[in-house]
Amino acid sequence: MLYDRILVKYGELTVKGKNKYTFIKHTIKTIKEKCKKFPKLEFISHYERFYIMLNGEPHDKVIHALNHVFGLHSYSLSAKCKTDLEKIKELALKIVKEEIKEKTTFKVETKRADKRFPMTSIEVSKNVAAHVLRNTEHLIVDVKNPQVTLQVEIRNEGTYISTKEIKGLGGLPVGIDGNGLLMLSGGIDSPVAGFLMQKRGVALDVIHFSSPPYTSISSKQKVIDLAEKLAYYQHHDKIKVYDVPFTKLQKAIYENCPKSYAITIMRRMMYRIAQSVALKNGNLILANGENVGQVASQTLHSMYAINAVTTMPIIRPVATMDKLEIIKLARKIGTYDISIRPYEDCCTVFIPENPVTRPELEKCIEYENKFSYQQLIDECIQSIDVISVEAGSPLQLVTDDEINHLF
Amino acid sequence: MIYLDYTSTTPVRDEVLKSFIETTKNFWGNPSSLYKFGVISDNLLNMARDQMRHLIDAKKYEVIFTGSATEASNLAIKGIAYENRKRGKHLITTVVEHPSVYHTFEKLKDEGFEVTFLDVEKDGRINLETLKKTIRKDTILVSMMYVNNEIGSIMPIKEVGEILKHHHKICFHVDVVQALGKIPVRLKEMNVDLATISAHKIYGLKGSGALFFRKGIKLTPQQIGGTQEFNLRAGTVDVPSAVALAKAMRLALEDIEDNYHYVMKLNRRMRDILSKYDEIIINSNAEHSSPFIINCSLKGIKGETFVRAFEQRDIYFSTKSACSSKVVSPSRVLKAIGLDDDLAMNEVRFSLSHLTTNKEIDTFEEVLHDVINELN
Repeated sequence: MLYDRILVKYGELTVKGKNKYTFIKHTIKTIKEKCKKFPKLEFISHYERFYIMLNGEPHDKVIHALNHVFGLHSYSLSAKCKTDLEKIKELALKIVKEEIKEKTTFKVETKRADKRFPMTSIEVSKNVAAHVLRNTEHLIVDVKNPQVTLQVEIRNEGTYISTKEIKGLGGLPVGIDGNGLLMLSGGIDSPVAGFLMQKRGVALDVIHFSSPPYTSISSKQKVIDLAEKLAYYQHHDKIKVYDVPFTKLQKAIYENCPKSYAITIMRRMMYRIAQSVALKNGNLILANGENVGQVASQTLHSMYAINAVTTMPIIRPVATMDKLEIIKLARKIGTYDISIRPYEDCCTVFIPENPVTRPELEKCIEYENKFSYQQLIDECIQSIDVISVEAGSPLQLVTDDEINHLF
Repeated sequence: MIYLDYTSTTPVRDEVLKSFIETTKNFWGNPSSLYKFGVISDNLLNMARDQMRHLIDAKKYEVIFTGSATEASNLAIKGIAYENRKRGKHLITTVVEHPSVYHTFEKLKDEGFEVTFLDVEKDGRINLETLKKTIRKDTILVSMMYVNNEIGSIMPIKEVGEILKHHHKICFHVDVVQALGKIPVRLKEMNVDLATISAHKIYGLKGSGALFFRKGIKLTPQQIGGTQEFNLRAGTVDVPSAVALAKAMRLALEDIEDNYHYVMKLNRRMRDILSKYDEIIINSNAEHSSPFIINCSLKGIKGETFVRAFEQRDIYFSTKSACSSKVVSPSRVLKAIGLDDDLAMNEVRFSLSHLTTNKEIDTFEEVLHDVINELN
């Protein structure tokens, strides 16, 4: 292959003033961590960009890793030659011959960062295009809507040529500004919320509430599989899942409170637990997949009554998105197919027929005072199961022990 | 209740039911699905197959899960017959087979296959010399049961396997439904190519059976659709039933020797009790039969009357085999071992289990005394 490097351009982090250096360092460290299986890679930083020298390592695997790194504007496989018109033409032709086999429309786009070069960008483009056209048969120039753009970038250290620029995820490097705790239900919304948190550089831990034996092992597996998808976007490819056994508390709610308030109070308990876990583990904010108006517990009245139990900042990245927008993102990050697995989760196990859509805070407090929930909350927190999930090595909940007794 | 009809069906074991329920609840994914949850089900399915293979010396056999033993035998017999019809049209079976086998062969006969129904001797077993003489160049299949469901006679399967070893073109199918869990079943050692089993005869679930067949044997599928079960049985595979069957099989084979000796003792007691009455003639041969089955004919008493009299006292056993007892005609099997129509018509079958207690036999003894007096 002619391409021997990946040219990576930073995104928003280029505008971060004095912190820029920290951000770049963090980003490169993240990429290195994600590419640690490929020790021959070399990272060369150069002003607003850096190069990853492939040195024979598989480019598709490296690109796959870059596809999960926030803070990048774009990246492209490229080849380098001397800044000399003849050399540029020669390399351009070679690349076109190797990379483009079918009838294709193209244009040449030149950037001349090195203004000492005697020709203008347009002149270079024309020259290169003419050379390519003269020596091939399957290419047609289309400057308005080309299928392929051959990019020529003239810099003083050399000229880089590439054919395909991949748009990066943008955002900020994950883990640069501490950890948040994501409340992950198993539905479609919360993983997307997690992804959007990561996009703004927030590394995540995950909290999930399960209600064994009403929820099955499959629903726990589902959460782990969702967490694994999010782990790809973490800076170290790992994510921690706090699985909270919630059944006893849930039952107490149903025994002591009116059915219509059960969901509201259940959510209040979840927030209380999430807040304790977050404070204990250094998570500075909570995040979840709440979406205004989607269900009874997400009306403004509900959000007001539920949110009242916490003092921590809570971020709801998908709060104002339409369901279809959320689904689109869920598909993009690969969580949709997992989310639609039809298992009961703790929220669907005990659904009252008529959940209140306008709960009153005073009533919530009144009902909650009927039983000693704090003790039950403490019990929940004590029996949390912490699961570490790593991107690429999906955790199989079902071990031999769990299966063997079936036989 | 005193249940003496374990050949008809058996109660499900708690452990088996537990496996079924847990698998149903926790691993209900479709084993054909590509995602992980489906893959777990597929793993379970393969573990079930492995365990079952291991239990009956069938390492190099495929296992197909079916909805019943009847389905498994149908697939085996028709599958072999249709697949090999160009190589030969001659099939061999016996006159004492279970309806699921017997009638399948009758149908194939109607379709143009030549079927030899081998007669049996008085002990219910075929004559090996006759078999040898029956085998032709165009014979493609021999099918017979290991233990007869009606009279308990044990066919000389190992000897038949020896004979067929020298005829590479012939597939050997054995219905081991009444043998499994009672006497040793070892497919490779017995040179059996295909074997039918049933779950509900070994304290498993109804609606579950399986066909074992040697790897490399080709069968014509009898049910068309998806590619499940090696393309041989289309339809979503019932993983919980498969797991439960594997468990039932393991448990049934666990105490096979102890159970055999225990039931043998019960069998002797039963024979002692039954032989006290002139009205009862024991048809099951003491030497070559499974101790789990005692078949008798009644003289001067109708089988049905006899069964009803016991039913009133909460004691249950069959008149003729359950699968054909609604049909009022002399037993094909009893006629085959030389009984006249009258005796063959008034048949009763007691079948025992390791669950049968000596106390139950005591009660049976008393009730039998009363019933015979009453009916005379």
